[in-house]
Amino acid sequence: MSGVRWSLWVLAAFAALLGLFALQLSRPKDDTVPSTMVGKTIPAFDLPAATAQNPGLSSADLTNGQPHLLNVFASWCVPCAAEAPQLAELQREGAPLVGVAVRDQADDLAAFYQQYGDPFSRVGADKVSQLQFLIGSSGVPEIYVVDGHGVIRHQHIGMVRPEDIPDLLSRLKGARG
Amino acid sequence: MRWFVALVLAVAAPAIAQDTMPPAPYAYQQLANPQLEAKAEGLMGTLRCLTCQGQSIADSDASMAGDMRSEIRQRIAAGESPEHIRQWLIGRYGEYISYKPQVTRTTWPLFVVPVLLLLLAVLIAARRLRRRA
Amino acid sequence: MIAEFGLAALWLAAALAALQLIAAVLGQRKGGETLALLVRPAAVAQALLCGLAFLMLLWVFARTDLSVLLVAENSNAQSPLIFKIAGAWGNHEGSMLLWVTIMAAAGGLIALIERRLPERTMSATLGAQAFVTFGFYTFILFASNPFNRLASAPQGGGLNPLLQDPGLAFHPPTLYCGYVGLSIAFSFAVGALLTRQVTPEFARVMRPWILGAWIFLTIGITAGSYWSYYELGWGGWWFWDPVENASLMPWLAATALFHSVSVLASRDALRTWTIMLGVVAFSMSMIGTFLVRSGILTSVHAFAVDPTRGMFILVLLAINIGGALALFAVRAGTIAEGERFSALSREGALVINNVTLSAVLGIVLLGTLYPLVTEAFGVRVSVGPPYFNPVSAIFVFPMLVVLAVGPLLRWRGDRLARIKTPAIAVAAVGLAALLALWLIAGIAFLELLGLTLAAVVAVAAFLPLRGRSLKRLPLPVWGMCVAHFGIAVALFGMSVDSAFTVETLTAASVGQTIDVGPWKVRLDAVEPVAGPNWTALSGRLSASYHGGAEHELTPMSRTFWAPPQTTSESALLTRWNGQLYTVIGEGTPDGRWQLRLWWKPFVTCIWLGGFLIALGGFLALVGRVSVDVRRRVATRKIAARRAEMAAV
Repeated sequence: MSGVRWSLWVLAAFAALLGLFALQLSRPKDDTVPSTMVGKTIPAFDLPAATAQNPGLSSADLTNGQPHLLNVFASWCVPCAAEAPQLAELQREGAPLVGVAVRDQADDLAAFYQQYGDPFSRVGADKVSQLQFLIGSSGVPEIYVVDGHGVIRHQHIGMVRPEDIPDLLSRLKGARG
Repeated sequence: MRWFVALVLAVAAPAIAQDTMPPAPYAYQQLANPQLEAKAEGLMGTLRCLTCQGQSIADSDASMAGDMRSEIRQRIAAGESPEHIRQWLIGRYGEYISYKPQVTRTTWPLFVVPVLLLLLAVLIAARRLRRRA
Repeated sequence: MIAEFGLAALWLAAALAALQLIAAVLGQRKGGETLALLVRPAAVAQALLCGLAFLMLLWVFARTDLSVLLVAENSNAQSPLIFKIAGAWGNHEGSMLLWVTIMAAAGGLIALIERRLPERTMSATLGAQAFVTFGFYTFILFASNPFNRLASAPQGGGLNPLLQDPGLAFHPPTLYCGYVGLSIAFSFAVGALLTRQVTPEFARVMRPWILGAWIFLTIGITAGSYWSYYELGWGGWWFWDPVENASLMPWLAATALFHSVSVLASRDALRTWTIMLGVVAFSMSMIGTFLVRSGILTSVHAFAVDPTRGMFILVLLAINIGGALALFAVRAGTIAEGERFSALSREGALVINNVTLSAVLGIVLLGTLYPLVTEAFGVRVSVGPPYFNPVSAIFVFPMLVVLAVGPLLRWRGDRLARIKTPAIAVAAVGLAALLALWLIAGIAFLELLGLTLAAVVAVAAFLPLRGRSLKRLPLPVWGMCVAHFGIAVALFGMSVDSAFTVETLTAASVGQTIDVGPWKVRLDAVEPVAGPNWTALSGRLSASYHGGAEHELTPMSRTFWAPPQTTSESALLTRWNGQLYTVIGEGTPDGRWQLRLWWKPFVTCIWLGGFLIALGGFLALVGRVSVDVRRRVATRKIAARRAEMAAV
């Protein structure tokens, strides 16, 4: 009987399984869902203004030859409030920031600006997550580097931390060339 | 300490963050045409809710899942085929969004292994059973 | 003091497990027989101490002693008493203590009552059990101590609202009994391998434990499925979620195991195969526990997530299962092949059962772990129902055909001519069902096949009773018939639910009537309700079936405040032919309410079938154990009479 031989196969499979488990345990679990639109041109869209404070946002605004930072956020999202100082810092560094407010009411948004500031030149209202689906965004906040031709160059998932600022600025510079 | 606060914020956010917007038009409303609705439901049951932990968008109260249901019902009503919509979403979120794996460079073992198992099962059964009493 | 008392008991129990292990190992040597005498008392004492530690944990939870960290994090003085106590195992540390308590109790029990095997095999078995248990003691004492104290007493976090449900309070203990029962099968397999005693007697001793574990697993899975069906609020009862699969895999292995152990017990065949399945079944329990606790998979039922704990369980997994597999590789060649049989025989059918169940197990394991494999290469994929359903059906459906015929066959060898009549009858039922369904209902292929096979298996399940005296039929045969019939019932429920469910989602204003299948449902009112630790909006619905009498349903949308979370409480109305499932959601800006209504014909058959399967197992268990007891009483009587004769 080939009992010994096939038991060795089972042992090998078990060892492979343990290896896989150990590998997955040894590194932090990455729960983000990255967009597969990075490297592709942003599809055509036209969002109305989210508040009276800024004009709305359309794909034409992102293809004017100048790169942009496109921030996907919402007033009801806690990390979006926590990243406000970093966005202000980016704005001081001269980064052209545009925003998309996801599932948001104009009043809530106005109050949010009052409390945390408004670094955006344009903010479009994405009432039913339509733009999120177009660019493969899976949550808030996310920030995208879009070059002058409307090509998505980079996606940053989660809040912008102070240490992320230089990276975003250099990617923005890279998108210029 | 600050990273810890940030982490708590980031982790706690999904539980606290709830927008006040009403759901998208077709998030909780079916299509009038039962055949189209059946198509939409067949598709929604096999798409992953991105903001949940392992649920399909058909079984989730997350607002983004609701928005996606609405988007899908509208596209189906406009005559798009379910598989076309699936491809469109895979083009944006990768294969992760679909619970229905396709045969690709990364997923072929999912389909080869069952065939091997079938062969192995037949082989083991045949060998066991051939040795007659 | 109580917490410290519990901790001390736990340390002592661990020490006794170590003693039990050492005594068993040294007892294996020549001249170690006196030492081996220590093994049984140590196992019993260990079980008592561990049980004491668990009682102490229940005690601190019942009193909401907030100075204990675990209580502070998982309980709340305002919760009802039953949920306070259930909170003891509704968390990682407490549930591990429950796990090891059941394990120690099972070990103590076999030490106390099992006297049929050679003493050397028994002590090796108890040694293996001590080894496994000791690993879990170290895990609890060093990485998941449930009795840790807290410096300052805070408010108390409360049990996750989703878990504040009587059904779920008893769900994990049921599953653990199943998982841990398989550890006994594992220890018996290791003991038999070590002492080269793979005999029918060994199979008979092991069988009740496998059956018991399997019954608990069946009940646990069935109840868990019903829980997620009514609690998650979307009417789904199985989603092939990793955590669901983690409980299904040991069940599949245990099902294969007790079929093959029957062959070993009655026919002395399939020796190595049975041993292998014994090891695999417990390894599935451990892999399942690892997957659930380590958090390396994304699941809707996510548990405590901690990589160091994951590492600890992984090491235990590697030592226990790796060790057993290595032992198997060394010893498998020395186990003589058992009795032979022909292809067309009861054994032959059971081999097919075993092979297909193992293949299904392989597929569930592959589909569950595959996302992890691709993640290792930086790609994320999802594997869900559209994969599992058809691929497992490829194996399950042929197996069900064999199930219909197999119990009719004789052991060793049989002739086709002998079973011709019943086989043709079963085939005719199948063909008739297939044709009727195909012509009447336009349903999908898998459902069509599922319903046909349900009819075939339902009829075939009772064919073994043909021509036998029902009064004298042994209980295990009844058990087999009931369990096989349960499979047909469950399959019928699954297929009907998937083919004929009617869904209505709508925003309704108060007073409006909505159609869902044969039902008319009217929204009468929406009212606020307050509970012990939640507030809710409750909808009052009146439902009438085909214009008949009205029944009231009150689905709720509950908001808990500790921890803050909103859940939908569905309201169900059960008829003999199905369930009306209602959920109330949020209000719309124009003053209407989101309602989700489903008419699910025969959906209850799924769980009814599950419980029939468990009942079948229970009948078989009672039958086997009563025979064992009778035999034991008889031998004792004979011995007594002999002693009397000798005295005379």
